[in-house]
Amino acid sequence: MKKVYMDNAAATRLLPEAREAMLPFLGDDYGNPSSLHEWGDAAREALDAARDQVAGLINADPEEIYFTSGGTESNNFAVKGMALMQRAKGRHVVVSALEHFSVLQAAETLKKLDFEVTEVPVDKNGVVDPADVKKAIRPDTVLVSIMHANGEIGTIEPIKEIAAVTKAAKVPFHTDAVATAGTIPVDVKDLGVDALSLAGMNFYGPKGTGALYVKKGTRIMTLLDGGIQEGGRRGGTENVAGIAGMGVAAEIAKRDMAARIKQVTPLRDKLLKELPPAVTHMVVTGPTGKGRLPGHASFCTEFIEGEAQLMLMSSKGIAVSSGSACTSKALKASHVLLAIGLSHEIAQGSILFTMGLDNTAEDIDYIVETMPPIVERLRQMSPLYAKFQKSGKGGA
Amino acid sequence: MPVYNDTVMDHFMNPRNVGEIENADGVGEEGNPVCGDMMTFYIKVKDDKLEDVKYKTFGCGAAIAVSSIVSELAKGKTLEEVKKMKPMQVVEELGGLPKNKHHCSNLGAQALIKAIEDYEAKTGKAPAKAAAKPKAKAAARSKAAAKPRTTAKAKTATKARGGK
Repeated sequence: MKKVYMDNAAATRLLPEAREAMLPFLGDDYGNPSSLHEWGDAAREALDAARDQVAGLINADPEEIYFTSGGTESNNFAVKGMALMQRAKGRHVVVSALEHFSVLQAAETLKKLDFEVTEVPVDKNGVVDPADVKKAIRPDTVLVSIMHANGEIGTIEPIKEIAAVTKAAKVPFHTDAVATAGTIPVDVKDLGVDALSLAGMNFYGPKGTGALYVKKGTRIMTLLDGGIQEGGRRGGTENVAGIAGMGVAAEIAKRDMAARIKQVTPLRDKLLKELPPAVTHMVVTGPTGKGRLPGHASFCTEFIEGEAQLMLMSSKGIAVSSGSACTSKALKASHVLLAIGLSHEIAQGSILFTMGLDNTAEDIDYIVETMPPIVERLRQMSPLYAKFQKSGKGGA
Repeated sequence: MPVYNDTVMDHFMNPRNVGEIENADGVGEEGNPVCGDMMTFYIKVKDDKLEDVKYKTFGCGAAIAVSSIVSELAKGKTLEEVKKMKPMQVVEELGGLPKNKHHCSNLGAQALIKAIEDYEAKTGKAPAKAAAKPKAKAAARSKAAAKPRTTAKAKTATKARGGK
């Protein structure tokens, strides 16, 4: 059976070059980078090299890169660390309604520590209006955190314009760039952000690796106390192998970025164009064209539920994901889909394709051919579809 | 390990008794798209037994598998036997479900019981408790399927489903 993996937002294939770079540190070079002997030297050199490579990917200085265990830790570090460090100045934080849970729930934790949080709304394509950020900022605002792009609907946010607003208001600005760093050009100086989260897994690096960029002079509280690592700002012996792998993946992402974008963008556009008419009663979620992540296509199929769709797709060798309530452990529909104004009923039919280096136009053809009978089968057993057919109403 | 076992996957991939019954003797609907699952059960009754059971389901793999096994378990049974069916029995028949999917098993049993209650209300065979209520019949006739019922069973099931 043909196999099509299109869940690159969840995990990517590790680059062979990245794996090669990791192997010495899973073997003979097992030293601790904090040790002052030959074994320590090898590990330390690997960290230095990776720091240069990751800094190079986002045009930062190497001293501004703090290695973490991934996007979730980077976001927690930035949101809690930056807000708490300035609590004497004010206790108000601004986020968007689309943020990843590692930002939203970090903000919830801040609420327990007497912070107030304002959630900026988004339009139907998931775009934040910088004017809304301006309106949300108060004299006691100490942090704005808005993601560079949303991994669920592919929306790229106007970070540069939002940074102009936060700069004028003299409020530190963090962006979660997990979906963009290594995928599209990310330049911290051009964007004008004070902190930026990234994760190695999203650009063919290993899982459990990430970094937080913190601009020189930006105040941030240490979350993981107890060590001198990462300039004393993040304790704990570094994941040397993982960091070495992420470094190489970052360097290759920078080198190959234009070619990768050129490869996946036509695949995305082909799927966005061909799938809805083949499936019928299917809406594209998020924007189309330039404001969308290159390898990202997301939809909601009406009258059926996402998990059932993806299980039947899986039985045909197609790996995708969904933001439906049933696929989430919490059994709640995706906050992202509700934030762009979709009803629960429509949001339940969420299905997400994220393309990567392994995908081809034939994969898209296979999906466009395989999905309609799957949807039809589920619709034939759906009470919502039966109601729609009887009333002729309810479809989009 | 896969999320669902082979029995659940079999009922999901090859659901038994899917469909609607024209001129059904009773119809019961449970759930809504907000929680993620919605089931409509249709029954045909003969000599106080479920001669036929069909359903339509909007929902996840577990919801579809539950509908299928509930229809299999109920077919041929007496109304009273079916009304005693416990959600956990449905889970056991399926060889287990992930914890966060247990509520689906309540939905299936609940939708079927609602269909039986609909039949009883229509035919005047409602149990003493329901029949004693004034206007119970009229109310049942108008919106039997969609209305939350207040029988002891319904209460238990609603309570069991709470907290999700």
